[in-house]
Amino acid sequence: MKNTRLHMLVCGGTGCESQGSDKLVNALNLVLDKYGYKEEVTVVKTGCFGFCEKGPIVKVQPDDIFYVEVKPKDAKRIVEEHVIKGRKVEDLLYVEPNEEEKLEKQHDMPFYKKQHRIALRNCGLINPEDIEEYIAVDGYLALGTCLTEKTPEEVIELVKQSGLRGRGGGGFPTGFKWELTYRNKNDLKFIICNADEGDPGAFMDRSILEGDPHSVLEAMAIAGYAIGAEKGYIYIRAEYPLAIHRLNVAIDQARELGLLGTNLFGTDFNFDVELKYGAGAFVCGEETALINSVEGGRGEPNAKPPFPAESGLWNKPTCVNNVETFANVPPIILQGPEWFGSVGTEKSKGTKVFALAGKVNNVGLVEVPMGISLRDIIFEIGGGIRGGKKLKAVQTGGPSGGCIPEKDLDIPIDYDSLKSIGSMMGSGGMIVMDEDDCMVNISKFYLEFTEEESCGKCTPCRVGNKRLHEILTKITNGDGTLEDLDRLVSLGEYIKDNSLCGLGQTSPNPVLSTLKYFRDEYIEHVVHKNCPAGVCKGIKRKQKEMKQQELKEQKQKEKEIQLH
Amino acid sequence: MKSLEELKAIRERASKKINLRGGGEGEETKILVGMGTCGISAGARETLTALIEEVGNKELKNVYVSQVGCQGNCFAEPIVQVSRPNEKPVLYGKVTPDKVKEIIEKHVINGEVVKNLVVGSAFH
Repeated sequence: MKNTRLHMLVCGGTGCESQGSDKLVNALNLVLDKYGYKEEVTVVKTGCFGFCEKGPIVKVQPDDIFYVEVKPKDAKRIVEEHVIKGRKVEDLLYVEPNEEEKLEKQHDMPFYKKQHRIALRNCGLINPEDIEEYIAVDGYLALGTCLTEKTPEEVIELVKQSGLRGRGGGGFPTGFKWELTYRNKNDLKFIICNADEGDPGAFMDRSILEGDPHSVLEAMAIAGYAIGAEKGYIYIRAEYPLAIHRLNVAIDQARELGLLGTNLFGTDFNFDVELKYGAGAFVCGEETALINSVEGGRGEPNAKPPFPAESGLWNKPTCVNNVETFANVPPIILQGPEWFGSVGTEKSKGTKVFALAGKVNNVGLVEVPMGISLRDIIFEIGGGIRGGKKLKAVQTGGPSGGCIPEKDLDIPIDYDSLKSIGSMMGSGGMIVMDEDDCMVNISKFYLEFTEEESCGKCTPCRVGNKRLHEILTKITNGDGTLEDLDRLVSLGEYIKDNSLCGLGQTSPNPVLSTLKYFRDEYIEHVVHKNCPAGVCKGIKRKQKEMKQQELKEQKQKEKEIQLH
Repeated sequence: MKSLEELKAIRERASKKINLRGGGEGEETKILVGMGTCGISAGARETLTALIEEVGNKELKNVYVSQVGCQGNCFAEPIVQVSRPNEKPVLYGKVTPDKVKEIIEKHVINGEVVKNLVVGSAFH
């Protein structure tokens, strides 16, 4: 080990694995072995680098060279050129699309320049299946410090002072949630980690669990100590097999080292974690529905209050936090709330991870300080719109969020400003749309999703979303009327006001926000029976039929004239 | 895990495993070995191994040994370049493994150039 001079970090996230990074690791090891360099060069499978657009990623350290789109067959060249002869493999370097310039170092890439990584700090740096590597980057030090030097009240105070807010979408202050659960005295309390990431296109929680599972386990133990719980559950979608595997490995390793279990750090604090698998229902991301599902019941939400902090899992006080929220906790404990508060805006501290998708050049996972503008994310980090087209809108917050038009791109992103323009932070999905996207069709897509995912418990959500979807279908088929637009608004507002849980309370947002900012597109569909982006197939059919009808009538007229 | 000290001991041991990964962040000294065909045939591989071993033995932090292509001074291979932060890079020629210790000791650690081995320093 003393002789190691190079580390090849190969991305082992789901995105890169599906592109063959597993085979790449094997190929690299084989070639290194063949040339006798296995001692000198270590190949490490890490978590997600976030630059999924160009996966599989290989980063060579300490040279800080960043190779993109590496195939297993490139392994031979990398070893022969980079390792043996010290030459970079030029054609595997990243080419900046706007400047057409080759960038060899990760630190020079615009994609990384404006990012600030707190929750993703270890993704792409350590091997998630090796607890020692996590410990090497100060892992479990926060837990140790809390248990041996701080009282639960002090821990809660630290988190409160940091201003950390829930990263799952709601934005509720985490410290207050802990305090509420702490205050409810009971012999049994629970910590739940919400890893039921359901927004289409969002994958930050998965990436954290895949790339840095120990940070979540450590934070859950810290939360357990703070509120007085000895048992934690991670509610994770069964569709995340790699995350589940890495979590299981992490839990086993933590138990083996005594970082989970009894008498942690020689104190009388015990904590253990168990996984619960979700069957992929969107509504189970809502905390009361999630709790019902963990108990083995139907995944349906309950009316609040009582809040889970008073009566949650098995009617015991329960604290439910999201994966990304937990991942922020250890650095807050170690580096202090002032440090955390120095990043972000006044009311939204720290950073947020966004899953950047859609018509943007650099698709991937980005972590940015709160308060950055959407324009910076899309045009600096995202590298602008694909094919040099024009941006039309940005959808944030998934099916619960709204579409933001070009004119609002300079608004600093935080929980409150996004809400003020009719969208929301949500879990952090961010879909960029260009002039080829039809806004009516987009809102129809989201309504189709929420209609299907509504649990059916309350009528406004169950029936209302169905009706919304029907009206939108009518419009995209070219049968809409102007009255339909008014009906969308009044029905949408009604659903928002009268639904039981967050799903129904936010599901009309995509319709309402597009109606507000892109009304002209709706009118074009309704009055002129035309889809400007040329997306809606029903309306095209309608146009064709109308033309045929016209021709028919014209012919009929000509015939009649001839007869006379 | 019985105590914080136990955890810190593991951290100490484990951090050696990953200290190569800080490349590109902050101040670092780079030791570059010319590994073109000329360098390799002149024995650069042995020099490289000796350098890595010496850096490992001394447990130097933020010092990275890396291989580069031919530097053009083929007459003086094996060539080793030492770049300390904010200092002009120095090129050493005919660095056989037995000269490695001196370079690390004097230049890399103490910043004192080993003059009798220098090929050139003003190439940048």
